[in-house]
Amino acid sequence: MIFNIPYLAVVALILIGLYAVLFRRNLIKIVIGVTLIESGVNLFLITLGYRKDSVAPIYTSNPNVNQAMALPVPQALTLTSIVIGVAVLALMLSFIVHIYRHYNTLDVRKLGGDEE
Amino acid sequence: MISWDLLIKTFTTGSGFWNPLVWLLIIAIAYLIVYVIRSQGQTRYKKGTEQTKPFLSGNPEVEKEKMHVKASNLYWGFMESLKGVYSSLNKMHTGNVSDYVMWFIVIMGVFLVVIVGVF
Amino acid sequence: MMDYLLYHSPALIIAIPLLGAFLTPLIGRINDKLRNIFVIIILGLTCYFVFLLANDVFTNGIRTYVFGGGALTVGSGSSAYAIRILFEIDGMNAFMAIIGCLLPFIAVIYSWSFMKENTGLDKYYTLVLLMTTGMLGMILTGDMFNFFVFLEITSISSAALVAFWTNKKEAVSAGFKYIIISAIGALFVLLAIAIFYGQYDALNMAVLANNIQYTFLDKIALVLLLAALAMKSGIVPMHMWLPDAYGQAPSSVTLALIATTQASLYGALRVCFTIYGKQLSNVLNQIGGIDFTLSSILAILLVALALITILVGVLMALKQSDLKRMIGYAAVAEIGYMILAFGAALATMDTTGALSSAGDMALKGGIFHIINDALDIGLLFLVAGAVYYATKETSLNRLGGLARNMKYTTVFFLIGLLAVSGMPPMNGFASKILIYETTYQINPILSIIAILSSILLLAVFVKVFHSVFLGPSFKEYSNVKEAPKTMLIAMAIIAGIIIVFGLFPDLILNNIIAPAANALVKPEVYINRIVGGVL
Repeated sequence: MIFNIPYLAVVALILIGLYAVLFRRNLIKIVIGVTLIESGVNLFLITLGYRKDSVAPIYTSNPNVNQAMALPVPQALTLTSIVIGVAVLALMLSFIVHIYRHYNTLDVRKLGGDEE
Repeated sequence: MISWDLLIKTFTTGSGFWNPLVWLLIIAIAYLIVYVIRSQGQTRYKKGTEQTKPFLSGNPEVEKEKMHVKASNLYWGFMESLKGVYSSLNKMHTGNVSDYVMWFIVIMGVFLVVIVGVF
Repeated sequence: MMDYLLYHSPALIIAIPLLGAFLTPLIGRINDKLRNIFVIIILGLTCYFVFLLANDVFTNGIRTYVFGGGALTVGSGSSAYAIRILFEIDGMNAFMAIIGCLLPFIAVIYSWSFMKENTGLDKYYTLVLLMTTGMLGMILTGDMFNFFVFLEITSISSAALVAFWTNKKEAVSAGFKYIIISAIGALFVLLAIAIFYGQYDALNMAVLANNIQYTFLDKIALVLLLAALAMKSGIVPMHMWLPDAYGQAPSSVTLALIATTQASLYGALRVCFTIYGKQLSNVLNQIGGIDFTLSSILAILLVALALITILVGVLMALKQSDLKRMIGYAAVAEIGYMILAFGAALATMDTTGALSSAGDMALKGGIFHIINDALDIGLLFLVAGAVYYATKETSLNRLGGLARNMKYTTVFFLIGLLAVSGMPPMNGFASKILIYETTYQINPILSIIAILSSILLLAVFVKVFHSVFLGPSFKEYSNVKEAPKTMLIAMAIIAGIIIVFGLFPDLILNNIIAPAANALVKPEVYINRIVGGVL
């Protein structure tokens, strides 16, 4: 049971992130919600690589030659995903700066412009 | 570089066929017949008098800029009779980003129920 | 020499626009015209390599490319392990790559004079080249995580391009909505890829397709992937970002955005037909003697979504009064036609006889409609851009009588109007008659709704034609000039392709569409090329 706690944390992070995107009116809180979802998915990727009693996947002068190592591929995938997340976050925040200059409000319901 | 009979081959669906070159030929012949019929009409009329004005049930003809029906009013009858549908469509299309993501979660829920739950 | 270029062409197709994107700001410091010519040459070279590759794939069959050289897999059969990133190009990939390189090429020719008075054009051309790289990478790749990376590249650069005119407040708000939707969709795709990796220890599409069993986690992954990729391609009710983004972006950018939504639709098809291909005839449940396979469940869902998409798209298009938003809603309706055809093809996958041949024709009709729709809606957006360039006005209530001064633009709009609503002899009719006749054999109601919506679409565009081009001439538009030459050349290229596709549809169907459709329904060919050992 204790080995399932990271997966429960992933589900909790994604649900809290979705709640922030769906039900909050401030633009910055919506962006924080997207970042929470991204953190949850990154945690899920990292957790997939763990094996029981494993160490980091680096060859050292360890006398125990049968030592299990954690999988290195999910670590590479997570690094890529974190970098992409940083770029998307920077773009969203710069859009919010421009929106505040035009509309003078951070309320997402005032961004309408849909129908005349 | 492409052979001629490949170019004019007919396009067959499973239950019909469609050949655009034959269609163009038939349309050209039809226009020719229409032009011949039209040229047999009357050419003796006086321009600029009552004979060339449009007939608006006896009402005076206003200048063209005021009579031009604007775009939003062009299909008034159709939209008036479908008012119920359009009011619910308008309520669906707010401008809110949170509503866009809400529809995504709703559709994901429907898919989950159908694919995972029922089957 | 030609063989060497052909062998390395998948890598060159991605590398040339990427290199061009990073060289463009440097060349832009020297001269402006030199930078425009440089970008056109880069995209022209990419088009040349795509046509070379497509020619070879359509005649000789599937190809693969390993990044970094070496063998395709370690081991073979069900214990195959792909350790490098592989690009695998069959007929469907080559077909989508043609769309993905032709539309940005025409967009750059168009934006020579459309964007001439704007500043910051170095960044504009860099972002267009990055978007082309992302789009072509998304189409050609054979690896799921690679697909996610290129999906994010495409969505970031296209969100920045949608909000290019930062002095208009609706444009920035549309860009914000687009990046939020794209980020959430891509994150759910990554969740599904992580589920695949956790179960099968493989990220390659062919290895996944070989080893997949239909467990509970696979069902969740299918739902996540389908919902997220359907949102990115604009299916109702997740379509609402599409008129905002298409309507506020500069018109040449909209042309390239159409290609990115078609690439997301291609991603959904690849998931349905190839990755889950072996499980499609899996009998899941039996209710009253009718056994429901996975393909029939997916078909029911896709056809239901398609009918709603067509109806909502056309009805919302009727009441708009802004020119580009109206064409955006028409684009939503056209995507509904494609999904209808694919749903019909999935429904008849296991039957034999007349119904099965109808399903094959429906798949060909849907794939043909992808390229027809991209060209038709693209031409309409280019005309809308030309009208905006001449009059600085997009509202239909204030325009009028422009056909006196802009003769060529009116003719191009007429060609686009006839093509979108499926009138003969344009290419829209050729693909729509395939969709009508094949869906009629599944159920007549589908065909009836499709035909009625085509007629309503004609009504929508006749309204636009009447109020923008016909009618009396207004005082403020009495001295508008015709659109500049490069914009006319770009529109003429697309109109020429539309007329050629319309006059010789059989040639296009047998040489370009049929290999793509055959590649999609046979996942064994795709799988065996990588997993079956050295061929």
